Amino acid sequence: MTKQKHAKEPLMHLTRRLNFSPKYAWAIRIGAFVLSILVCAIVTTILSPKANVGFFFRYLFTGTFGTTRLIWALFRDLAILLLLALAVTPCFKMRYWNIGGEGQALMGCLGAAVIVSQLYGKMATPLVLIIALVVAIGFGAVWAVIPALFKAKWNTNETLLTLMFNYIAGCLGAFFVKKADPNTTGSLSFLDSIGNAGNIGSNQFILIIIIATVITTLMAVYLKYSKHGYEITVVGESPNTARYVGIHNKKVIIRTLVLCGVLCGIVGFMMVCFKDHSFKAESATDTTVGGLGFTAVLISWLAHFNPLAMVLTSFLVVFITRGAKNVGDYARLGANYPSMMVGIFFFFIIATEFFINFKISFRQKGELPKEPDDLIKSSEETADKTRAQSADAAAATPASATEA
Amino acid sequence: MTILVSMIQQAIHFGAVFLYGSTGETIVEKSGHLNLGMPGIMCLGGVGGCLGAYWAFQGGWSTFWVVLLAVIMAMAFGGLGGLLYGLFTITLRCNQNVTGLTLTTFGAGVLGFWGTQMGDKGITFAPASRMFWTPVDSTANWFSQIFLSHGPLVYLAIAIAIVVAVYMNHTRKGLALRAVGENPAAADAAGINVIAHKYVSCVLGAAIAGIGGAFYLLDCTQGSLEYVIDAMGWLAVALVIFSLWRPGIGIFGAFIFGFLYRLPYNITGVALAEKELLKVIPYAVTALVLIIISFFNKRETQPPAALGLPYFREDR
Repeated sequence: MTKQKHAKEPLMHLTRRLNFSPKYAWAIRIGAFVLSILVCAIVTTILSPKANVGFFFRYLFTGTFGTTRLIWALFRDLAILLLLALAVTPCFKMRYWNIGGEGQALMGCLGAAVIVSQLYGKMATPLVLIIALVVAIGFGAVWAVIPALFKAKWNTNETLLTLMFNYIAGCLGAFFVKKADPNTTGSLSFLDSIGNAGNIGSNQFILIIIIATVITTLMAVYLKYSKHGYEITVVGESPNTARYVGIHNKKVIIRTLVLCGVLCGIVGFMMVCFKDHSFKAESATDTTVGGLGFTAVLISWLAHFNPLAMVLTSFLVVFITRGAKNVGDYARLGANYPSMMVGIFFFFIIATEFFINFKISFRQKGELPKEPDDLIKSSEETADKTRAQSADAAAATPASATEA
Repeated sequence: MTILVSMIQQAIHFGAVFLYGSTGETIVEKSGHLNLGMPGIMCLGGVGGCLGAYWAFQGGWSTFWVVLLAVIMAMAFGGLGGLLYGLFTITLRCNQNVTGLTLTTFGAGVLGFWGTQMGDKGITFAPASRMFWTPVDSTANWFSQIFLSHGPLVYLAIAIAIVVAVYMNHTRKGLALRAVGENPAAADAAGINVIAHKYVSCVLGAAIAGIGGAFYLLDCTQGSLEYVIDAMGWLAVALVIFSLWRPGIGIFGAFIFGFLYRLPYNITGVALAEKELLKVIPYAVTALVLIIISFFNKRETQPPAALGLPYFREDR
């Protein structure tokens, strides 16, 4: 018999993990977080002659937990980011890749800014704020629902369409800013008019945090226990199944995107009226929202669309953003240093998904017979044996049959 | 008349940036990967290109070698970004949108960071960039103003786009690449090495886009690092859709985008606010194209069917 050349078994072999334990997943994520911070520290020491690892960690923590005010600001930023992530989560659960959270929130900002700049002083301030909120919600919802309508009707690619809508929103924002104040560089300040809006007593942070807490709870309940949440999951898992059990796919898509737009509108309103007290839109990409809408996509995805896990993921992101900004300020690394660190951090965390979802098995030695001839010989032997046995059995059966 | 000539000249000039980006992104998307990291990759390419041009220029090399080293460095830096993207989305099978957005954050951060560092050190790229662009001779006739007044990289962009168009539509490898983007499982069954095709197109596409970043910084802005490239990168992604995933159409699409991009700067007698509104046109037109192609639903004009989906052989 001629020897055949066998294809070698690959060194590594991937299988999908079907039942991973949450403990294992979180252990991997936390490990990756620690690792990413260490890499950030090392990169920083390489980049800056001033910084060493101790310097990095000192300013990383003083930038985030250094003073009471900083801690409040940390949680305020967390709340905003969390709300944006919550807004896009139902869409992702439905496998509707809405990366337009940025534009939807910006439209919310724009709506609030239009009302505040036009109506302030003409009526009572609380009334202005209420109208601003309503208009912000309306703008956000419209911006979210237009791509959804096209998706529902003609199956238009929502990833690309919402991406375009982000920039259209940015251009509209820049148009409004220049229209309202032709002499500005790209930012309208409302500090003189509604500078105190959103303060409870002298605390300017707590209202946003409370709103975020309430909405997070509601969203968790909505997704897990409500009929709507169930429908969203079914449409995401399999649109056909949803159709067979009588769920109206198009209605669910549009309804969910209205919800997303409403939440984004609320966030936009809070950014303009409660947080920044200004509206910035220098260009299509340099705005009040400033990329948070994209970061929210990452946060939602990293938390596996679980609203409570999102609290943790958004905390980590805000922590590293604010901390890195502080390190950058002290080491004089410039305004873009934090986004580099955030990028490194995200790469690590994204990579963990692989280790959570897949299992790597390495080639094992001594399992298979090496020589193909042996394999054939042994299989022939066993075949002979079974043939003999079956012949015996066949011989035995008639006898037993006659006995019976 | 002179204004029109100048506008067309600028359209071609700036269109080349979009052309590099969209040609690169088309190759990547044809393999089934939506690389939203293109803006970041163009930023990385810009860093590489500027470094290459600076080194070669400081070394006293001739124009040809300065340009060549800048292109090679830009391709290397952009390609590294593409490799990183490929590693995450092909081998690690991570979500493409998430990886791409991270790459954009990272790349823009690297360019901004590096730009500030160079500024602090007093290193400027304006002298080196003189190797890349030529001042337009306004006394020349319209033909040479429009078509012959550009730096070498404009012609390279067109050449690359044509080569890629031919490769994609008239070679066996190109057919295999398109098959991978449409239905990787079927391509795999037909004996096409799916993973290799995906890697090659991710890296190659990113390398081409990287030249675009370098071209923008060294030619369009004449060595100034003040400008961010990420807006250009997003327009390049938009252009891929506008050109219906065809690099040949992309050439003309790029010039249209270039024209629209420069329109607010060229028009006089319009207020600043309305100029901002004009900037919406490329995005709005792209959104419209997306809606129209989905409305007609012709198979030839659709995005690659497996766009955005990770491929794992053992999945059913």
